[in-house]
Amino acid sequence: MNITEKILARASGRQKVSPDDVIFANVDKVMVHDVSGPGVIKVFDKLKKQGINVDKLWDPTKVWVAEDHFVPSADKVSAENIVKLSNFTKQYGIEKHFKYGMGQYGICHTLSHEEALVLPGEVYVGGDSHTNTTGALGSFACGLGHTDVAYVLLNGKIWFKVPQTLYFKLNGKLPEHVMAKDFILKIIGDITTEGGAYKTMQFGGSGITEMSVESRLTMCNMTTEAGAKNGIVEPDQKVVDYLTSRGATNISLVHGDDDAQYEKIYEYEGSEMEPLVAKPFSPENISIVREAPSVELDKSYIGSCTGAKYEDLVAAAKILKGRKVKIRTEILPASISIYKRAMENGLLTIFLDAGATVGPPTCGACCGAHMGVLAKDEICISTTNRNFPGRMGHVESQTYLSSPLVAAASAVTGKITDPRDLK
Amino acid sequence: MKGNVIKYARDNIDTDVIIPGQYLKVHDYAELATHAMEGLDPDFHSKVKEGDFILSGRNFGCGSSREHAPIALSHSGIKAVLALSFARIFYRNAVDGAFLLPIEIDQDAYSDISEGDQIDIDIKANQINNLTKNKSYKMKPFSEIIGKIIEAGGLFKYKPD
Repeated sequence: MNITEKILARASGRQKVSPDDVIFANVDKVMVHDVSGPGVIKVFDKLKKQGINVDKLWDPTKVWVAEDHFVPSADKVSAENIVKLSNFTKQYGIEKHFKYGMGQYGICHTLSHEEALVLPGEVYVGGDSHTNTTGALGSFACGLGHTDVAYVLLNGKIWFKVPQTLYFKLNGKLPEHVMAKDFILKIIGDITTEGGAYKTMQFGGSGITEMSVESRLTMCNMTTEAGAKNGIVEPDQKVVDYLTSRGATNISLVHGDDDAQYEKIYEYEGSEMEPLVAKPFSPENISIVREAPSVELDKSYIGSCTGAKYEDLVAAAKILKGRKVKIRTEILPASISIYKRAMENGLLTIFLDAGATVGPPTCGACCGAHMGVLAKDEICISTTNRNFPGRMGHVESQTYLSSPLVAAASAVTGKITDPRDLK
Repeated sequence: MKGNVIKYARDNIDTDVIIPGQYLKVHDYAELATHAMEGLDPDFHSKVKEGDFILSGRNFGCGSSREHAPIALSHSGIKAVLALSFARIFYRNAVDGAFLLPIEIDQDAYSDISEGDQIDIDIKANQINNLTKNKSYKMKPFSEIIGKIIEAGGLFKYKPD
C-alpha cells in the first residue's frame, strides 16, 4: 500500500485497502472556520428538528476552530457569524478556538502547521477545500462540506472511497528563481483542473526531499485546484523537526510500502522548471512568465494559505528590499505567528519602505469577500490559489496566479515580471 | 422525475460563479437562492422554476467546499444537475446533504438535450427520457454507496451495513 492507503487502512480498522474500496474512516482531527462553522450550526438546527441528538460532540478535544474568512468582521452579518462561532465552541466545550484579536489566529490551513494541530499519519478533515494543504505533513487531509463535517463532529468518522494515487516525482532541486508554486502550477497546467479529480496527488523525488516543509505545503494546498481528494508527501526528519519546534510530541511516521502502487507516475526535472503564471480564468491556464501577456497590472496581492507563509514573505522581501512598488501592493501574513516573525526579522519594514500595505491575516481578498476586492476590469497578480471569474471581486476583474517572487517583481514593474529580469 | 432543462454548454462551472464568495457569510437558504449562478447568469433567479434541471459539461462544481453551492441551487428549485462529470466536494455535498441529484451523462445526452427541453429522469432504469425530442439516453448508474445514501435521503439517514 502507498501512504494514503496505509493511513486509510489503519483509520478504518482494516489490514489492507485498495483503490475504490468504500470505507468509514475514524477521524483524528477536524476543523471548522467562520464560514463552515455557521454552516454546521445550521445543519445541527435541521437535525434537531428531525429528532437527532446534537447535544454532544464525539470528542471536542479533536476539534479546532479558526476565524479567517470574514475577519476583521467585514459587516454585521459576518460579525454575527463570529458571535455564533463563539457560542458554539462554548456550548460544546471546544477549547482550541483561535480568535481574531486574541493572540495567535490566522488562516485555518496555516494554523494547522504553525500550531502543529495535525500530525503525520492522522486523518484530518476540515470544512474548507484547501484542507488538502496539511497532507504535506504526511497526514491524510481532505476538505468536506457542512453536512459531512457535522456528521464527523457527531460520529467521529466519515465515508471515503479509497482514491487512486497519481505520483509526481521531481528530480533535483528547483532553481533559485523558481518556487513550489511554479511547480504545482506546472502540474495543474499539465493534468488540468480535473486531472486529479477524486484522486490522491503524492509528491516525491529528490526535489521534494530538498524542499522545505512550507514549500511542500504549497504543493499540497493546490492539489485542490486539480480536483484531488488529498495531496500528500512522505514525512521525513524535516517534518518531525518542524512539528517538534512547534510543540508536537508523540510523532509517529507512516510510510508507503516498497511495493506501493500508483495509478500513474509523472516525472519532472527540477532544472527545467520556469517561473509561471496561471492566466485568467483558470489555474490550468498556464504561461511561462517571460511569455505572459504584457498587461498593465492594478494590484499585487501577497496573501492567503497558499502564498503568505513565512518563506513566501522572505521571497517577496528579497525582491522588494530597496525597491519601490509601482502598483497597489497588499501583503497579509497568513497568521499572527508569521506576522510577528516577519516583524522581528525586518520584513515588514522592507514591505512598508517599498510602499506596500501590510494587513492582518484573513482570507478576505482571496475569495473576493472583503478587505481588498477587485473593481470591474482591474487586473491583479496574486499568490493565491484560484482565478475563476469573480473570484477576487468583480466578475469582470482578472487574476493572474503566481509565486511570491513573481508577484513581488511584478509589483515593482507594474507588469508580469520574471524575477531574473528585474534591474 | 420530470422537469425542464436550463443548459450551460461549458465545462468547469465553478463554485465561485454558482455562489460568489461575498455570500459565504450568508446561511439563510432562501437568500442564498436569490444569488444562485450570479457569477455566470444574472437572469438565473428570475428564470428558474421549481423542478428544473441544470445541464452542463465537465467538472461541474469545481473549486471550493462551500455547501452554499448545492444549497443555492436546490433552494432555487433545481432537483438535479446533469453533467459530463462533477468535482468531488460538490458531488458529495449534493448527495450527503440530500440537496439535489448529481447525474453523470454521456456526450450524446449532453449534445442532444437543449435549453427548455422537458426530460424525465428514471433513476431505476438509469435512463433519461427527452419528452420534447422523444429520445432516450443512458445515465451513469450511481455507485453503491451513493445510491444507498440517496435512497436513505442523505448521510444522516443512511445506516451503514
